[in-house]
Amino acid sequence: MIPDRFEYYAPTTLAEAINLLQQHPDETKVMAGGQSLIPLMKFRLATPGYVVDLRNVPHLDVLQERDGSLIIGAMVREARLESSALIRQRYPALLDTSSVVADPIVRNFATVGGNLAHADPANDHPAMMVALRATLLAQGADGQRTIPIDDFLVDTLETSLKPDEVLVEIRVPQPAPRSGAAYCKLERKVGDYAIAAVAASVTLDENGACTQAGLALTNVGPKAIRASAAESFLTGKPLNDETIREAAKLAAEAAEPGSDLRGPADYKRAMVRTLAARALRRAAQRATGSIAHNGNIGGGVA
Amino acid sequence: MTTQTTQTTQTTHKVTLTINGQPYTAEVEPRLLLVHFIREVAGLTGTHIGCDTTSCGACTVLVNGVPAKSCTLLAVQVDGAEIRTVEGLEQDGKLHPVQDGFVQEHGLQCGFCTPGMMLTAVALLERNPQPTEDEIRRAISGNLCRCTGYVNIVKSIQYAAKQMREAQATPAPAPVGAEV
Repeated sequence: MIPDRFEYYAPTTLAEAINLLQQHPDETKVMAGGQSLIPLMKFRLATPGYVVDLRNVPHLDVLQERDGSLIIGAMVREARLESSALIRQRYPALLDTSSVVADPIVRNFATVGGNLAHADPANDHPAMMVALRATLLAQGADGQRTIPIDDFLVDTLETSLKPDEVLVEIRVPQPAPRSGAAYCKLERKVGDYAIAAVAASVTLDENGACTQAGLALTNVGPKAIRASAAESFLTGKPLNDETIREAAKLAAEAAEPGSDLRGPADYKRAMVRTLAARALRRAAQRATGSIAHNGNIGGGVA
Repeated sequence: MTTQTTQTTQTTHKVTLTINGQPYTAEVEPRLLLVHFIREVAGLTGTHIGCDTTSCGACTVLVNGVPAKSCTLLAVQVDGAEIRTVEGLEQDGKLHPVQDGFVQEHGLQCGFCTPGMMLTAVALLERNPQPTEDEIRRAISGNLCRCTGYVNIVKSIQYAAKQMREAQATPAPAPVGAEV
């Protein structure tokens, strides 16, 4: 399968990239790793007249903690997260997530930024970033702005990025003491999208009560869904079997699954409930240090 | 830059790839996929096109040492890269240990997935000389085989890992007649 014709640019500065976007804002696609865009172009589901490849733009591959956040540059590849000691030790939930995106070969080129900017509700990073309350830095002709993840994700394949804006970096708040997060995904096989997946993030106080909860769902709605009722329910409560069970039930109620080849809606909703309980349990274990931080990579089963 | 006139004007780009140590330069349309550059420009047809949808991994090659699905990269996107394909595995008439492993352990039946599978294995063993079975299975999880059930593929890679470790441990024998 061959993509339709397009003009290709590989600018060497961000300013040049933005300038190119301004010339044909509605006909231009930004390309990071290309692992979602190229398949879409081969199927001719996307037929951009112009492609702006970010591969030569410097400084987009930053991966470090700075000013209270983990900074993930827009061109950081999934494989880089998997091999990063910083991610393994401090952000194991991101390792859970990266290690279940597509397959290991795709992850050598696929980027976290692309996974978010593509805004496919089946992609794994959006829900994790919702749970972690990430913000995104975008740059356009009018300068830079930060966008909270909830505002960034608008609808299926739709973000609030303007046509002349480039996603520059993702900022994940550094974990407060007694924080933990996890991502649990149910997939039919490696490389498939989630039947359902749940991202959880919790911060506990000295007495074990939850001071902040983040819970978000993958591929059971038009975009990553924040399970707000479950988050509110958990706030101020200890995380135990009973509260986790109730939060998982509320998370399942927040899901808007459709029936498709991955299963009927009722089944997916039931899986959200199970996965939410597992993700919360694992997040709580990580928060209390009762499992090794890098335990059970792969977002598997608790 | 030259232009090609068909229905619409299409800019072409000069792309140079070093494939198995040999440079290839061509003026290509941006939409030319890496796998087509390898097969049609360089004429190296050992890299197979399987699903053409980023699923099967038959088209896997190494791009700067890293496995990539060459049906899902544009040639322009990897301009300047070092590419390794199955044709580059054999050195001086001697099979690469991974190729030898696939022969010794019957790691293939129809052979269609084999070039991609072997390149993924080569990259794994270069990074991790002593992988566990689980690490091997994870590494090849983006390469589909519909014949073997993977058991012999795993054995082939384990065989290669052993050969490569032993070769590292034992220096090559001195040529006959050489001073020792």
